[in-house]
Amino acid sequence: MRETIANLPWKLREASGIKTFAARIKETGRLMVGIPDYDRYLEHMTTNHPEQPAMSYREFFDNRQQARYGKGMKRCC
Amino acid sequence: MNALSKLLWVEIAALGAIALAIVALSRGETINSVWLVAAAICTYLVAYRFYGLFIGRSVMQVDAKRTTPAYRHNDGLDYVPTNRYVLFGHHFAAIAGAGPLVGPVLAAQMGYLPGTLWILAGVVFAGAVQDSLVLFLSTRRDGRSLGEIIRSEMGATAGAVALIGVFLIMIIILAVLALVVVKALVGSPWGAFTVMATIPIAIFMGIYLRFIRPGKIGEMSIIGFVLLMSALLFGRSVAESPAVAPYFNYSGEMLALMLICYGFIASVLPVWLLLAPRDYLSTFLKIGAIAGLALGILFVMPPLKMAAVTRFIDGTGPVFSGALFPFLFITIACGAVSGFHALISSGTTPKMIENETQIPFIGYGGMLMESFVAIMAMVAASVIEPGVYFAMNSPSGLIGTDAAAAAAAIGSWGFTVTPDMLTETARNVGETTILSREGGAPMLAVGMAEIFSNLFGGKALMGFWYHFAILFEALFILTAVDAGTRACRFMVQDMIGAALPAFRNTESWANNLLATTIAVSMWGYILYTGVVDPLGGINTLWPLFGISNQMLAGIALIARTVVLFKMKRQRYAWVAALPALWLLICTLTAGLQKVFHPDPAIGFLAHAGRFGTALAEGKVLAPAKSIDQMRQVVFNDYVDATLASVFVLVVVCIFVLGLLEIRQARASDRPTTREIGAEHAGMVHA
Repeated sequence: MRETIANLPWKLREASGIKTFAARIKETGRLMVGIPDYDRYLEHMTTNHPEQPAMSYREFFDNRQQARYGKGMKRCC
Repeated sequence: MNALSKLLWVEIAALGAIALAIVALSRGETINSVWLVAAAICTYLVAYRFYGLFIGRSVMQVDAKRTTPAYRHNDGLDYVPTNRYVLFGHHFAAIAGAGPLVGPVLAAQMGYLPGTLWILAGVVFAGAVQDSLVLFLSTRRDGRSLGEIIRSEMGATAGAVALIGVFLIMIIILAVLALVVVKALVGSPWGAFTVMATIPIAIFMGIYLRFIRPGKIGEMSIIGFVLLMSALLFGRSVAESPAVAPYFNYSGEMLALMLICYGFIASVLPVWLLLAPRDYLSTFLKIGAIAGLALGILFVMPPLKMAAVTRFIDGTGPVFSGALFPFLFITIACGAVSGFHALISSGTTPKMIENETQIPFIGYGGMLMESFVAIMAMVAASVIEPGVYFAMNSPSGLIGTDAAAAAAAIGSWGFTVTPDMLTETARNVGETTILSREGGAPMLAVGMAEIFSNLFGGKALMGFWYHFAILFEALFILTAVDAGTRACRFMVQDMIGAALPAFRNTESWANNLLATTIAVSMWGYILYTGVVDPLGGINTLWPLFGISNQMLAGIALIARTVVLFKMKRQRYAWVAALPALWLLICTLTAGLQKVFHPDPAIGFLAHAGRFGTALAEGKVLAPAKSIDQMRQVVFNDYVDATLASVFVLVVVCIFVLGLLEIRQARASDRPTTREIGAEHAGMVHA
């Protein structure tokens, strides 16, 4: 199934996703260490894959940690 | 552009030109570091507005309506459409590391001007171009990695050659970074205690994050930060206690062996226990320290004490050997252009881009920010007395091991410094000596301590700020050692697995341990040779690292040039081809000089020849102390010469393969590359 959200012009999506400054800072900090937004993951799962069980926050966190570090990071300079 | 914004850009350009003129033309009188910062910021603004956006519009021809991989493959995990400011932060945190902080410090031996000019010119025309073009390339190919892109666009041979190149770079980087930590911690109980304390702190944080409060990163980072600062404060008492201090007072050899063991153990432990929590701490500390340094420079506005240009542009400098061309361009490395960023720009970032139009902001802008870090490192190295700078960064083989001898040697180069100044600087920062603390990190730490202590605490807090800076650098270098060893292990398994498929099984503990042993012993060996050779060390290894890193950037830019030809956009190919050519000229000249230069201070073979001749006559040359050490020196020279030759070969190989691809692309009358995501044109919007 194609995501309906993908068809929205990106400007519109950005405008609808207004977040407070603090929330953006928090999101940036978490993404800097490889943890994307959990709520957005849940939203994605309920919208697009309602038949599949979504991961709990804990499973999600472990999954992201493993994805970031499991194969080592080529990040040195 | 309306009249008002035209006027604004004219003003920015004029301010930039004035600042650059002051930086470049003042001779004899000291200038304020603010001019350097102003010149840099104006250059970045103008470059982004006029060159970065031009590349986006004309060269990439970004398409606002094209679906990005983040939407096409949205899974809420790897592929997530992300706000551009958030993504900018993520991208910057991923590219910023030790490189841009160390390179400019070493380059300051030629004065602040040559390095600054290259940092600015390099980032505008090469570094930021490379980062943003690779980001674009990967975004149009579902976020594929640089290796995969080279394989699919330039063939399997080019892919294999690039893989070997990347592996060797990893090995050299790990050795050099570990050497930086060793040089900073030798005979420094305060530093050694604090850095060692990060291990139990990180393990505690790992357990906290997994079992006590799962996934609460913010909370845990604050606790971790408080513990780190306590360890830092307590470190002073450790260093001052005659009973405890000796337990944390290590020689270079000891530290090297400890780091090698650490690298082995840390890279086979589960990631949640040590690697992940320490990476959280080091990432936040890094961003905080960079922001702090920027604020510090703006508020303190320190004058630059280093000369604009020193006599060492002739190649006789003690910090690294070789003339301005090509070695300045090799030494600065990451702050101007870094091959490593090609791996990041084709990693996680392209999978999160919301819209193609944001590529210049994130790719080009992110690299400008990294370059600004390099400018700040240059400032930090230049606000210190030049005599102190040379005392800290020259090998003990040249300046001896006591303050009087060092002051005399440095005086003979034309830089005035008294033995008292050297011992007092050491006392101020809470160390017994600052002589021959090469590697850039300690120098940067003294510079940061100078700037920060002018803001808070004065002389009394200098020791704290110095060790804070050492801690922050050691923290992310240790993370790099651990994560890099892990990455090398998988690359070893991949390469050997090509011949022995069973070795590819990454679940097997035997494979895991064997591949880790191979990876660790490779960088461990190079690290150890760097530690024991009083004239080697940073002086020998940093140029090798620089050559390899710029080589990777050259490879990425060649790949970009090839794709531009394949897209039938050759009229813009110069955007990638010119910096690629410049990097090829620099890396090839530097690589060949490192191997064949007749001066033993520069050429490995000449050095091996000098020691080999003496060995045949049964003589022992300093710094070697025995015939065995003489043999070791000769052997190491051959190892280094081989590495440099391999880098040269890799570059030449990719260059030739690139030319062949370009010839083929020109022979075809239509585009010969396949991009993904163009189907929107025919797609019916619901």
